[in-house]
Amino acid sequence: MHLSPDAIIFWQYGLFKLNATILYTWGLMCLLVIGSKLVTRKFSMELKRTRWQNLLEIIVSGIEKQIEEVGLNQPRKYLGFLGTLFLFVATASLFTIVPGYEPPTGSLSTTAALAICVFVAVPLFGIEASGLGDYFRGYLKPTFIMLPFNIISEFSRTLALAARLFGNMMSGTMILAILLTITPYLLPIAMSVLGLLTGMVQAYIFSILATVYIAAATRTRKPKPRLESGATHEA
Amino acid sequence: MLIDWFTVIAQVVNFLILVWLLKRFLYKPILGAIDAREQRIAKELADADAKKEEAKKEREEFQHKNEELDRQRAALLDKATEEVKAERRRLLDEARQAADQLSAKRQETLRNEAHSLNQAIRRRTQQEVFAIARKTLADLADANLEENMVRIFTQRLSEIEVQTKASLGAALQTAAEPALIRSAFELAEGQRTAIQKTLNEMFPAGINVRFETAPDLIGGIELSAGGQKVAWSIADYLAALEKGINELLKEKVIVKVKSQAEAANTP
Repeated sequence: MHLSPDAIIFWQYGLFKLNATILYTWGLMCLLVIGSKLVTRKFSMELKRTRWQNLLEIIVSGIEKQIEEVGLNQPRKYLGFLGTLFLFVATASLFTIVPGYEPPTGSLSTTAALAICVFVAVPLFGIEASGLGDYFRGYLKPTFIMLPFNIISEFSRTLALAARLFGNMMSGTMILAILLTITPYLLPIAMSVLGLLTGMVQAYIFSILATVYIAAATRTRKPKPRLESGATHEA
Repeated sequence: MLIDWFTVIAQVVNFLILVWLLKRFLYKPILGAIDAREQRIAKELADADAKKEEAKKEREEFQHKNEELDRQRAALLDKATEEVKAERRRLLDEARQAADQLSAKRQETLRNEAHSLNQAIRRRTQQEVFAIARKTLADLADANLEENMVRIFTQRLSEIEVQTKASLGAALQTAAEPALIRSAFELAEGQRTAIQKTLNEMFPAGINVRFETAPDLIGGIELSAGGQKVAWSIADYLAALEKGINELLKEKVIVKVKSQAEAANTP
């Protein structure tokens, strides 16, 4: 019984190791990229198109619309980063229905990695949008007294992101594993369905929070909206 | 330890690679396709709008033209109807005139025919009447009658007016040829001398006289000299009568024609 797929190590050479997290991540990456490649290979610009193309178009345009609704005026600029966050977390949860699969998001390393990506991406996008000075001045608003709290908030929300996703995904697989030992028949299936749902919700929450952070960072001239406060309670 | 830092770094790298790959293979083509389609749809909508506008314009133009055509057709029809009416009136008038002329001509012809028939009948009657009279008188005329005639002639000669007598005398004297005495029958010697004697009594100078027989006088004697003439003959009487009758007939015909023409003019 592993708490994290990190513990399953297939190959190790000094510091370098190939564990289940990395392997499954590669698998997911291959799946996503090859799937996209296959579908977009026969892409049609005409009015008539395949069902797969329709599906992908719905997903991508849905993500784009969500980003825009949160308040980013140029959704396409952020689509690559935020969309990939969502798709990766979502597919990682989706494949929990495959027996023997361990979601890479069930590892705190992976969620930490994603949270670090967000932690780095937020100031980068913010600086790009409003310049270095303006971005860092945002930490002094509304008064300089708020500076430490703003910095603490940056770190704590990153931590919260990582812990939330990890906790949810890990708990899902853990509950499933525990239930399998206790009541091996119907209940695990129901829990598996519930796991799928929470996985999707977590994917949504993770990416939408990242979006909100970026949106807040790119609008530093106004008082920083604390939009994430409501969402964090949800976890 | 739940966090394995190597895995964290590896996952960060993995994630960044995934971002790049998905950007390359998923977002770009899909967004490109969506954009292209949207552009296409917008273009098609704009095209449709333009076509609709054009169709509307064309429809309006067509309607306008149709109305114009209707108007023109109505005008042409009106004009044609008017022309036909006028033509009909004209043709009817012409036909009426032609008919009138024809009927007038026929009436005229009928009148002429009737007139000429009347004339012929009259002439014939007249001729017959005169022929009978002439024949009767010719039958009656004989030597005794001639004698009486000579007597009457000499009496007449002696009774002529002074003016006539003067001009006759002048004519007798100036004439190169001798005076001509014409009679229907051969005059007896006594009768000739009686005439000569009367002439000699009337005119002082001796007058040469030549005697001639002319049956067309029917009965009677005629003296002519230098264009002057003194006569008494039945033919003269008949001629005077004929002339009178002819004049009377002519007057009657004129009156008749006039009344007929008036009757034809009043419908």
